[in-house]
Amino acid sequence: MNDVSLDLGGESTAFIGQNGAGKSTLMKLLKGLLVPERGDILINGKNTKDTSAAKLAGEIGLIFQNPNEQIFKHKVFDEVAFGPRRIMDAREAEARTAAALRTVGLFHKKDVNPYDLSLSERKLVAAASVLAMDTDIVIFDEPTMGQDEKGIRTLKAILEDLKGQGKLVLAVLHDMAFAAECFERIVVMAHGEILLDGPPEAVFANEEALKKAGVEPPPVMQLAIRCGFTERPVTKESFLRLYYERR
Amino acid sequence: MSIIKAEALRYKYPMQDELALDHLSFSIDKGEFIGIIGENGAGKSTLCQALNGLVPHFHKGAYGGTVTVAGKTVHETSVGELSTIVGMVFENPVVQITGAKLTVYEEIAFGLENLGLPRSTIIERVDEAIELLNLAEVRDKSPFALSGGQMQRVAIAGMIAMRPEIMIFDEPTSQLDPQGATEVFEAIETLSRNGVTVLVVSHQMERLARHADRIMLMHGGRLVAFDTPERLFAMDFSGISVRRPVYTEIVRTVQKAGGISAETVPVTLEGAAEWLVKHRG
Repeated sequence: MNDVSLDLGGESTAFIGQNGAGKSTLMKLLKGLLVPERGDILINGKNTKDTSAAKLAGEIGLIFQNPNEQIFKHKVFDEVAFGPRRIMDAREAEARTAAALRTVGLFHKKDVNPYDLSLSERKLVAAASVLAMDTDIVIFDEPTMGQDEKGIRTLKAILEDLKGQGKLVLAVLHDMAFAAECFERIVVMAHGEILLDGPPEAVFANEEALKKAGVEPPPVMQLAIRCGFTERPVTKESFLRLYYERR
Repeated sequence: MSIIKAEALRYKYPMQDELALDHLSFSIDKGEFIGIIGENGAGKSTLCQALNGLVPHFHKGAYGGTVTVAGKTVHETSVGELSTIVGMVFENPVVQITGAKLTVYEEIAFGLENLGLPRSTIIERVDEAIELLNLAEVRDKSPFALSGGQMQRVAIAGMIAMRPEIMIFDEPTSQLDPQGATEVFEAIETLSRNGVTVLVVSHQMERLARHADRIMLMHGGRLVAFDTPERLFAMDFSGISVRRPVYTEIVRTVQKAGGISAETVPVTLEGAAEWLVKHRG
């Protein structure tokens, strides 16, 4: 990270950029797993230098890119309940765990060993274990990886639900269509620095900066450029509206 | 000339009630680039393992029908012998990296050393794979010190260096950034143009549609459709949760609104843009 300053809150924010741009590192810094050498990170006003990652765990949750780095219990239910059981009374912890498993659509697999699930299901178990903590801030690192259409729909519903509860949702994404559709703010990173920061329509329209970051605009925007539109739509619906207006 | 042929292939995992592969019959020609799509759990990865012999030699269970690859009947040929004909890259690169080697270079050479090839041949093939997968920067690093995306490319390089006639890629770009994914798909297409038969499982429909000659759509262990991207993505997939390329979705929406029904649809950025501009009226 090189001289990064950011104020996050209110808007759901996606971080994009090439592998190695520093996106996951920034998430680990926010979560307090890494501590900045210079500069400060404040989470709800608490400096991550003075607050242990364990204390921060009740306020900020991070769902790892690779669920295997996160999952260690023999039953899906125990995995998801591990965090809540440490900060809540037993009954509340059970209730939250059940609710989180229902949210990701895996309650029927609560007694299964997580390692008997597919990778995409295991990613949802990892997500449930963070959701069950009911933190103010939830970070998803590459949530769409390996998910099929149904998994993507489940993810979209989870994000909408979290936003509706007034939580701050952050994500690291390589899927530009998903980033543009589901997030209000996009931060483009390259070499540990922030190149661009703004709403999806504006960020993805800045072709020069995207090229520098090695990132392509979402497919819908590429189609609009190719069709000679002056506007830069990021969703299918806005593309079609512009298309029919031109007829 | 067909290099892969399946006839009424059926397979059921041990302790499971339902067929994971349900009467699959198809044939694939040498040098074809085949995409495999379907929901998670549709049988895509199981099918891949039925081609390289892990089904039924490693995963036991009930097996019926026949599959032949390059003239060998899979259930009558050992996994060792099949491994020189059919190479496979798994979805999770961590399970593929041997852990026996200290550098990326040695890791990629591992399979070739086991074949007992001459040193000069090994060096030539490893260098070629490193160049094709853009791994020069990390050649002396430990495979376990790499990012997920880099590891994924190392796993691919190790397989390519073996030069099997048939290469299977199970979600080869799931951990790569868009530029890395583009590079890997282009590398795979180069292999197919050079006569290698490739099968790629992926959820990245835009990329598959651009590169594949034909696409298999699987659902519940069955082969629902097997056709060119232009014909396959024009079909209705009722009850199957599979997305089409975004470009195709937009064209189909416009077609439906205009009462147009077509047996083929554009599936690439360029094709869709051309269609949309032409039909703007």
